[in-house]
Amino acid sequence: MTVEAKLGLLEYKKSPTAQIVIADAGPSSPCVTVCRDKPCTTVCPAKVYEWDERQSKILVAYENCVECGACRMLCPFDNIRCDWPKGGFGVKYKFG
Amino acid sequence: MARAGLKVAVLERGEYPGAKNVQGAVLYSRMLHDIVPDFWKDPSAAVERPVVEQKTCVTTEDSWITVGYKSRKFLEGVPNCYTIIRVRFDRWYASKAEEAGVEVYPGTKVEDVVRKGGRIAGIRTSEGDELLASVVVACDGVNSILAQKAGFRGELRPSEVALGAKEVLELPAERIEERFSLEPGEGATMELFGSITEGMLGYAFLYTNKDSLSLGVGCKLSDYQKKGIRPPDHLERVKRHPYVKKLLSGAKTVEYSAHLIPEGGFRSMPPLAEDGFLVAGDAAQMVNPAYREGSNLAMTSGRLAGETVVEAKAKGDFSKRTLSAYVAKLRASYVWPDLEEVKDLEASIERSEGFLDFYPRLACDLAHLRFSADGRPKREHLKAALGMMRKRGLLRMARDLWPLRRVMI
Repeated sequence: MTVEAKLGLLEYKKSPTAQIVIADAGPSSPCVTVCRDKPCTTVCPAKVYEWDERQSKILVAYENCVECGACRMLCPFDNIRCDWPKGGFGVKYKFG
Repeated sequence: MARAGLKVAVLERGEYPGAKNVQGAVLYSRMLHDIVPDFWKDPSAAVERPVVEQKTCVTTEDSWITVGYKSRKFLEGVPNCYTIIRVRFDRWYASKAEEAGVEVYPGTKVEDVVRKGGRIAGIRTSEGDELLASVVVACDGVNSILAQKAGFRGELRPSEVALGAKEVLELPAERIEERFSLEPGEGATMELFGSITEGMLGYAFLYTNKDSLSLGVGCKLSDYQKKGIRPPDHLERVKRHPYVKKLLSGAKTVEYSAHLIPEGGFRSMPPLAEDGFLVAGDAAQMVNPAYREGSNLAMTSGRLAGETVVEAKAKGDFSKRTLSAYVAKLRASYVWPDLEEVKDLEASIERSEGFLDFYPRLACDLAHLRFSADGRPKREHLKAALGMMRKRGLLRMARDLWPLRRVMI
């Protein structure tokens, strides 16, 4: 079962604003210059982060987020700002 | 607090209580009984199955050893533990709080603490509303943004948390009872160690709910980070282990979830009491992974925080000095001593390395010898077995195993 299929089982109330941003997404950001492993792209359990080679930046599918908070600690360069969506928004577990 | 006549508000950022909560889940009953007496006699209590059998499974890729203990004594008096489904349980638990007079506000995200004259005097929501209070109790979970914003702790390190991925899989009650040899309504739990964690520190679990199974795997976040493994993909491989595969056969995944578990324990605990502020549960790192306990520590710490606030209210003094009675209460309970007891366990298991690969393999190889009739005299088996153990060195084995004495009972 793919991660996409697993996420497809979940219900979300889509947040009107992005609650996750890459603090420095410019051409001289640590993602571009020093971060080789990019653990956010390999570990995030909701596949929120994807490295876009063409644009040389991390794409953030914040609407996939299951709000575990791991990325807050995963980024070796502290370049992810992950906050919770506003009250009542985001993932809505039925079992938990 | 509400029962003592205090005005209490619970702020929940989910659309309903439990919307954001994830747990295995096994709930130890006595700690809930302390808060909701005789809950297990109440048919409306949102629990799944009382657990009569607890199993541990040590795996290699193609073999496994299971050790289990089953006793219906677990059901006598206050049943020892129940499997639960957190969202259902939390809704019920919140309704119990409301019955006691608590005002529950779901869909309310706390943005920050409000300070007045240097001390914490309430909270501000993401909508900008302020709620002032004599005491704020931070029970906002492992990420406790509130404790961070209040300046009582920094960001956790990847080595201080485990990341767990889980699925709930539907299976009819009769099939569950047949497959796990259970009487109708009774439950079993199982933790799996060894090859199943792929060299990372953690374990997989399988719990029986009424008509579903909870299957999950959790390992240190720093290990996932090092290996670049995504937990849901790891969970897929857990499902393919021959032992697990058979137990899951025909079960249909109905939900996926992921969650962090605080594992820093005693050494990562933030200050627990400040002027007008207390921290409880996961927010205070109160998890005992060696015994898979957490929600019970959260309930007990929450209760003790509440009792402390009631006493502070009677004195009209919410200073750090008065609220520190909370810490004394934790010390006098099982919470503090238990966390203190296991504070070095993880480090010593990581240091010895053998537990993640060598010992599971050794155990299975020894079992294989013990249960094989291969035409060789048994004394050759014994010689082979001693040879396997000598590879690691008996002294080193003794040193590896010594720290486990703390979790034998």
